[in-house]
Amino acid sequence: MTRRYKWLLPAFYIVFLMLPIYWLLNMSFKTTNEILGSFTLWPKNFTLENYTTIFTDPTWYNGYIDSLTYVGINTAISVTVALPAAYAFSRYRFLGDKHLFFWLLTNRMAPPAVFALPFLQLYSEVGLFDTHIAVALAHALFNIPLAVWILEGFMSGVPKELDETAYVDGYSFWRFFIKIFIPAIIAGIGVAAFFCFMFSWVELLLAKTLTSVEAKPIAAVMTRTASTSGYELGLLAAAGSLTIIPGAFVIYFVRNYIAKGFALGRV
Amino acid sequence: MTLEFKQVEKRAGAETHIYPTDLKLEDGGFNILLGTTLSGKTTMLHLMAGLDRPTSGQVWFNGKNVTGAPVQKRNVSMVHQQFINYPNFNVFENIASPLRIQRTPAAEINKRVASVAELLNLAPLLKRSPHELSGGQQQRTALARALVKDADLVLLDEPLANLDFKLREELRDELPKLFENRGCTVVYATSEPNEALLLGGHTATLHEGQVTQFGRTEEIYRRPKDLRSAQVFADPPMNTAPVAKRGDTFVLNETVNWPTMERQRTLSDSAYTVGIRPHHITPVAGRGHAVPVEGEVLITEFSGSESVIHFRIGERTWVSQSQGIHPFEIGSRAQFFIDAANCIYFGPDNELVSA
Repeated sequence: MTRRYKWLLPAFYIVFLMLPIYWLLNMSFKTTNEILGSFTLWPKNFTLENYTTIFTDPTWYNGYIDSLTYVGINTAISVTVALPAAYAFSRYRFLGDKHLFFWLLTNRMAPPAVFALPFLQLYSEVGLFDTHIAVALAHALFNIPLAVWILEGFMSGVPKELDETAYVDGYSFWRFFIKIFIPAIIAGIGVAAFFCFMFSWVELLLAKTLTSVEAKPIAAVMTRTASTSGYELGLLAAAGSLTIIPGAFVIYFVRNYIAKGFALGRV
Repeated sequence: MTLEFKQVEKRAGAETHIYPTDLKLEDGGFNILLGTTLSGKTTMLHLMAGLDRPTSGQVWFNGKNVTGAPVQKRNVSMVHQQFINYPNFNVFENIASPLRIQRTPAAEINKRVASVAELLNLAPLLKRSPHELSGGQQQRTALARALVKDADLVLLDEPLANLDFKLREELRDELPKLFENRGCTVVYATSEPNEALLLGGHTATLHEGQVTQFGRTEEIYRRPKDLRSAQVFADPPMNTAPVAKRGDTFVLNETVNWPTMERQRTLSDSAYTVGIRPHHITPVAGRGHAVPVEGEVLITEFSGSESVIHFRIGERTWVSQSQGIHPFEIGSRAQFFIDAANCIYFGPDNELVSA
């Protein structure tokens, strides 16, 4: 008997996890009136109007473009800067290397909100306010340490003898680094990029504080949809559903290495 | 081709990894670096390759000072203990990689890779990726990459240590043949004295960062310069004990003594250290000068057709290694025979006086 119902518990758990997502999708295909007026388990008047609005109204789709832009810039900066740093930490011994390595991680211990005010003031002074690069740089403060930690773990998994063999074969450092070393830790780069992407994609406070019009992230757009007729819940639900897609897409590529990434490459 | 170390020293911080060393490696021969783990074998190879710079001293190659030259500028190749191949290249590209760097024409690359692959039985595997190969095949790929380059200096850092024994024996037989007639100097680091003896050539014994002796492998085995060289070149460890020479006899204790050999007559009467290799102490009397000793059996190890027996005389532990199975009761008293003709003697500074 117990064996026959073994599937029940995980099934229940999965339903429990998926319910909010289902409800979000459910709402996104309803009209605001239906959402507010009645309790329905699935859309009575199925409508794609919410999605049409998002894909045709520039204030909406620009939010996605802005978000993806600064997230993309941030991921590129973080991984590019973290690669040589992680290589140094993994291959060389120098004065205070362990302390420096740990100090990097302490950057992630402060809540982003602490940095909102200094960033806002600094960026306003130097004219970076409301640009994509402003948000990307602010997020790099949190993402570079994380990327260094993840990449260092993966790099330390590659024996030092690989470097030596390449030098003996005649490779210069950069040629070795690009042609042999990076392909050898490509999974780690994917995982590091994923974590940078995810942090930057869901971070709202800094992104919202440092932008006003030109580089407004999608999450900020969503908080500003109050109109005379109140919040447009259907539209919000559709926008929310769409924000899940990029993350799901990125996770698909690194699904086999994610656990190693959570352990900072040390599995 | 010659490789010469002139007072080469390597320090890292307060630690000395290699003490000032003078070493001149044979023209195009097989050279063995013999030493235990952490004796500095890998550091020596790094210095030879140019992966590390000596703290002081000079490295000369073919009459040129190459001390500061980076490894890329020297024509060397290296094989490590771990199976190191480029994971994102297939076997063909792995072997071809040093040639690609040298911008060798494609037709010649194909020809040379094919011939080396044939030599190392890799021909059917060229399209595979290294992680699809067995350990032996991976190491063959690494060897092929070292061979294809036609390097002047080939460095092998315990290349067989991670292989299982069948593959190790097979590859060990092939190794000297592979490098024969190539005109390159081969340096082979190993921690196993038996491997050194099987490979022949010349041997440098390395003990805690110091080259204690360098010469023909057999010569070093037969006539170690001092006790340290003898111990490096002994597996299981050599038995040592203080003895006194009185006239025509060596005296170990009240009950055990043996006559001096012809060659030892000239030694003065004083205290010496005797070194006896385990296979010169056997439970069965051999031909010649067998000296009986009695001891208490501590441990017996049998491996196939061989017995290694640890026993105790007084406070001192001895090891006997012999053919055949000799099942002694542990704790029992047993008789062993020392082959007095093959004992070697060291003087007060542990330098060899008679072998």
